[in-house]
Amino acid sequence: MNFLRVTLIRILYAAILLIAVLVLNFSLMHAAPGDVADTIAQAAGGIDAEALEQIRREYGLDQPFLVQLGRYIGNVLQFDLGYSYFYSDKVTNLILSRLPATLLLVISAQLLALVVGVVLGVFSARKPNGILSHFVTFLALFGYSAPVFWTGLLMLVVFSLMVPLFPVAGMRDVTIEGGFFVQALDIAHHLVLPMLTLASIFLALYSRLSRAAMMEVLGSDYVRTAKAKGLSPRQVVYKHALKNALSPVITLAGLQLSAVVSGAVLVETVFSWPGLGTLAFQSILARDTPLILGILFFSALVVIVGNLLTDLALRLVDPRVGGKR
Amino acid sequence: MTEALLKVENLRIELTTRAGVAPVIDNLSFELGHGENISFVGESGCGKSMTALAIMGLLPEGVGRVASGRILFEGEDLTAASDSRLRDIRGNEISMIFQEPMTSLNPVYTVGEQIAEVLRAHQGLSARAARDMAADLLDAVRIPNARARAGDYPFQMSGGQRQRVMIAMALACRPKILIADEPTTALDVTVQAQIFDLLRDLRRDTGTSIILITHDMGAVAEMAERMIVMYAGRNAEIGPVEQIIDHPRHPYTKGLISCVPHIMATLTEDRPDLTEVPGIVPGLREFGQDRCLFASRCAYRTEQCLRQRPPAMAFDNGQLADCWHAETL
Repeated sequence: MNFLRVTLIRILYAAILLIAVLVLNFSLMHAAPGDVADTIAQAAGGIDAEALEQIRREYGLDQPFLVQLGRYIGNVLQFDLGYSYFYSDKVTNLILSRLPATLLLVISAQLLALVVGVVLGVFSARKPNGILSHFVTFLALFGYSAPVFWTGLLMLVVFSLMVPLFPVAGMRDVTIEGGFFVQALDIAHHLVLPMLTLASIFLALYSRLSRAAMMEVLGSDYVRTAKAKGLSPRQVVYKHALKNALSPVITLAGLQLSAVVSGAVLVETVFSWPGLGTLAFQSILARDTPLILGILFFSALVVIVGNLLTDLALRLVDPRVGGKR
Repeated sequence: MTEALLKVENLRIELTTRAGVAPVIDNLSFELGHGENISFVGESGCGKSMTALAIMGLLPEGVGRVASGRILFEGEDLTAASDSRLRDIRGNEISMIFQEPMTSLNPVYTVGEQIAEVLRAHQGLSARAARDMAADLLDAVRIPNARARAGDYPFQMSGGQRQRVMIAMALACRPKILIADEPTTALDVTVQAQIFDLLRDLRRDTGTSIILITHDMGAVAEMAERMIVMYAGRNAEIGPVEQIIDHPRHPYTKGLISCVPHIMATLTEDRPDLTEVPGIVPGLREFGQDRCLFASRCAYRTEQCLRQRPPAMAFDNGQLADCWHAETL
């Protein structure tokens, strides 16, 4: 089937899925007790019922549910995610201003976990009873069982307080001045701990999966054929085996995108990383409905786009996906 | 007689299992001449493939090893050769095709690339020359429209075509020996005949010696000059194909031959019953015992068979049979 056509159909499905997510999110938020008027009232130290009603009228909260829903979806389709009462700014602006920090954290953690995980997996698969192989098993157990915020706090205690190698919080040091390079170095310095923390969970997943996939592939008939051709062990492992073992890892990495985004909320909160995660955390505390909805919508968008990209990446690795004829 | 191309002497291969060490190949010797075609025959689990893998130096790592004996290829002992020397030989001077064409090709590379790779590794061809030659090889194994098909992935080909690709790959460097391990077992009968035709023609054109591993007696009769009947890792009978089929000297060979239905028999009134060899191949635990391992399934069994392993009985016509009763059979 035509590659372009398949992609277009996938994008269409993605759009339908997004609208469904919008409806669901809005309905859930609506069903939860309390709205922004309560929050404003609370912040003001209590106001009378009449004033409360007026706030509700101003924000259109007195309208029937379906009207509110329709208005919300209509706005989103025009790229208007609403207005944050708490931050007094447009939700879109807020999200876009925090997005780069989160993307930096999520992408670097995901890449680190993928590269190191696959390398560990491949090495340990070649020597299933070696020390490295046992280390990977241990790492996987640790990664599965340790809560990410706990890992983060532990990192802080060890590498910021006991051995002060890295800064405790934030993304940059405001006292540092200098050109682009100096600034980038400063950000990288701040990035190390949160990135390692977020990567730890996924590193465990990827190393274990690639170890298993690699061991299976190394025992396959076509690897025997490659050996029978007289190829070097390096060619057999990296050319013939690895490319086949990568498919399940890429699939998992795509599926894990949502987990990366939710993991980022915890990690960002622990390290006061100024990204979407801290924003989400604060917006929930403040019951800032439009902002929560905006962030949820954006997370869904990231996951759906991520899955689309995973699909495309799989096609590159495995010609059988989306067959040529 | 000139020096044999391949000479296997008293080969013993041990397999480490949970129950202990078992000799899956026990004291096997044979020779393969230049341009000769020899067949290994026997039921599954008799050690045919194990012998082939030993010649290739591809015994499963950490599980199987050559315990004693020698494998001489043009006078060079392969059991003592270094890994890099073995890699030079594999796919270049000795190559192998396997039983499972569906899974023996790498699914993520084009067939052209998989053939070209051998040429680059052993013949030092440039990427371009190797690609051209790969297309020529596909043409030689009678894949229509070879130049275009070289860009296909294995999943776009049928089982027979994939086996042709495997053959093209194995013959790319014009090896001196081709080991074909049940090359047609997974294929349709009509395709089987085509593959055998192809192998026969290629052998005529290239002078490659072929070791054919099979349990198809018909294929043996058609393809090989000499055959080795193996049972439980040991030689049962070895000799020229025609003479063995005409007058088997080992009860196991006799049983195998009478298993083959004859096409004329079904057309005439005279229809002899098909027979089978009763029982099954003994388990690995029994390998290596000092007795005839076939005795439990043998109609000619005597007391001696259970006490002592039979020696090879030689006959004037070149037949060798490991049976106490070979002369009376």
